[in-house]
Amino acid sequence: MTAENRQMWAELDIDLKQHDTLLNALGPIYQDIYLSQQGRPEGMAFFDFVVGDIHGIRVHELRQHAKEGGKVVGTYCVFVPEELCWAAGAIPVGLCAGTQFSVPVAEEVLPRNTCALIKSSFGFKLGRTCPYVQTSHLIIGETTCDGKKKMFEILAERHPVHVMEVPHKKTALSRALWQGEVAGLKDVIEELTGNRITAANLAQATKRVNARRRALQRLYNLRKKRPVPISGKDALLVSQVSFYDDVDRNTQQINALCDELDKRVAAGEGVFPSDVPRILISGSPMAIPNWKLHHLIESAGAAVVCEESCIGTRNFSDLVPENGGGLDEQLTAIAGRYMKINCACFTPNEGRIEDIVRLAREYEADGVVHYNLQFCHTYANEAALVEKALEKAGIPLLRIETDYSDEDAGQLRTRIDAFLEVIGA
Amino acid sequence: MNSAGLDVGSRTVALVLYDGGVVDSAVVDTGIRPLERCRQLLAGKSYRRLVVTGYGRHLVAPVLGGDLVSEIGAYARGAGHLYPDCGTVIDIGGQDSKAIALDENSRVRRFEMNDRCAAGTGRFLEVMAATLELEIGELGGFALTASGSVTINSLCTVFAESEVVSLIARGEEASAIAQALHQAVATRVAVMVRRVGLKERVVFAGGAARNGCLKRLLGDKLGVDITVPGQPQLVGALGAALMAGNP
Repeated sequence: MTAENRQMWAELDIDLKQHDTLLNALGPIYQDIYLSQQGRPEGMAFFDFVVGDIHGIRVHELRQHAKEGGKVVGTYCVFVPEELCWAAGAIPVGLCAGTQFSVPVAEEVLPRNTCALIKSSFGFKLGRTCPYVQTSHLIIGETTCDGKKKMFEILAERHPVHVMEVPHKKTALSRALWQGEVAGLKDVIEELTGNRITAANLAQATKRVNARRRALQRLYNLRKKRPVPISGKDALLVSQVSFYDDVDRNTQQINALCDELDKRVAAGEGVFPSDVPRILISGSPMAIPNWKLHHLIESAGAAVVCEESCIGTRNFSDLVPENGGGLDEQLTAIAGRYMKINCACFTPNEGRIEDIVRLAREYEADGVVHYNLQFCHTYANEAALVEKALEKAGIPLLRIETDYSDEDAGQLRTRIDAFLEVIGA
Repeated sequence: MNSAGLDVGSRTVALVLYDGGVVDSAVVDTGIRPLERCRQLLAGKSYRRLVVTGYGRHLVAPVLGGDLVSEIGAYARGAGHLYPDCGTVIDIGGQDSKAIALDENSRVRRFEMNDRCAAGTGRFLEVMAATLELEIGELGGFALTASGSVTINSLCTVFAESEVVSLIARGEEASAIAQALHQAVATRVAVMVRRVGLKERVVFAGGAARNGCLKRLLGDKLGVDITVPGQPQLVGALGAALMAGNP
């Protein structure tokens, strides 16, 4: 921790003592979960570097941007159309929400029976332990669940928040509402930045964000190979970092990593033997540094090959059409793209069920682990339909409900071991 | 030559030596040094191969040179060996409870296991026995003496304890409270059994299977006769020993 970082954190009103505890804990965890892996691609060095200075260099960049008059926009969800931020010269950044560390302080305000992601994100603001939140000028929330919706009201007492209404059906009426929300966000971002969003700068921003989506698609397509050239943990980290790194640099780094993985595939090299069980994880998102489930599964001798999740396929599967056109046309195209996300907040949500079965086949998964954060009612309930569809498709399923704490690691290990025994039998 | 199965549970460690039949077995408390307990148990025993199961398997197996199997696999194998017509295994151990559906070859078809807390486990009953000033071995028999009935709504160990305290304060019969606690566990476990698909014969294993009240209530809720093996806490170790002999 350099003196320069400490100075910056102090200026950002970070609770330095708590923050030290957090960062000191992260190093050994990262060593244990990530650096101890065998046969990692060299291209992961960049991502190791990013995590190694997780609250340093990127925050410096954002602060520099702010000093030059630019704005930083915090988000928690893949529904927020980041193109609008980049177009207006603002930098969107996915905020910290993935650790037990910030949960206890959040429970001073929020009910305990709220999902860990909501508590963790809120706790970072309340406890002043996330420099990204502190750097952001505005947080864009959304209504993908009731817990978040109400949390944003309480968060708004401490930080500027704008909440987008994500509809819960995919009808014409709902689409119209969402279209209005996207147009409304354009006004909000223009007001925040003082910059106009134009057909030209929006088309440019769309190209940049699409390029990153294509890079992630490329990475995930490489995970379909046998043997798989990259561990599930490493791929998860790449996805997680894509939420807060610079979009162009991130695209470049992912593509560089993929170039290396192409060579591995051509040489028939992988990180695990060809015959290890291949697992698709589906369900709740995994915000950094939530690596718990991937670590348990891969430590038990299986490979995670895909995430049907907001941290996985839902983040990049659909591109915004780059047909140009006027501003209104582009906003319609953006709204349309985001409405394709099959989040469990929608009813019905058959698209997600179809995605899971399709992805399990595309990635040649031997089994699906359905993951839901405890108290995440939408995913927990939808699991019953997922179970039915997978049974019909003849794909084994393990349902796991957990949170960020390690209390249940023993039970989870038993269930994962038994699931792998069943798959392998 | 013997094959050995070791079930390192959260509350007890069980050992079975098998050679065409059980030639030796033991059950001891896990204590705070499970590895030491296992070493003591195995001292002087001769066996060709060891398979370790149970919550402590990842701790013990690398040190003692055994192979690993999950409790779910081990209980299925053990119960299927004892009762070839077994369709469903219920295992209630110290800190988890499981329902396992077997296929016609006694292999695991599906399973359910409790989530991240002690609700519906042997540990839950232990805490409640202490609240009622009873030994865990007395709890089931005591519950069966109840004349009236009350209801416990919460299965969370913490909340249920305060519920028990208020029932005591209301002057409710202690045996009826004990029975209500068993009802709560049985309800929870019966749901798991229905989720994996109830198929007879239902074999109830694990330490909590020695609790007669739990056996009766589970039978009532599922509408079937429940089979409890002679030494239900040895079923996992037996399954492991069988795997050691014939993987």
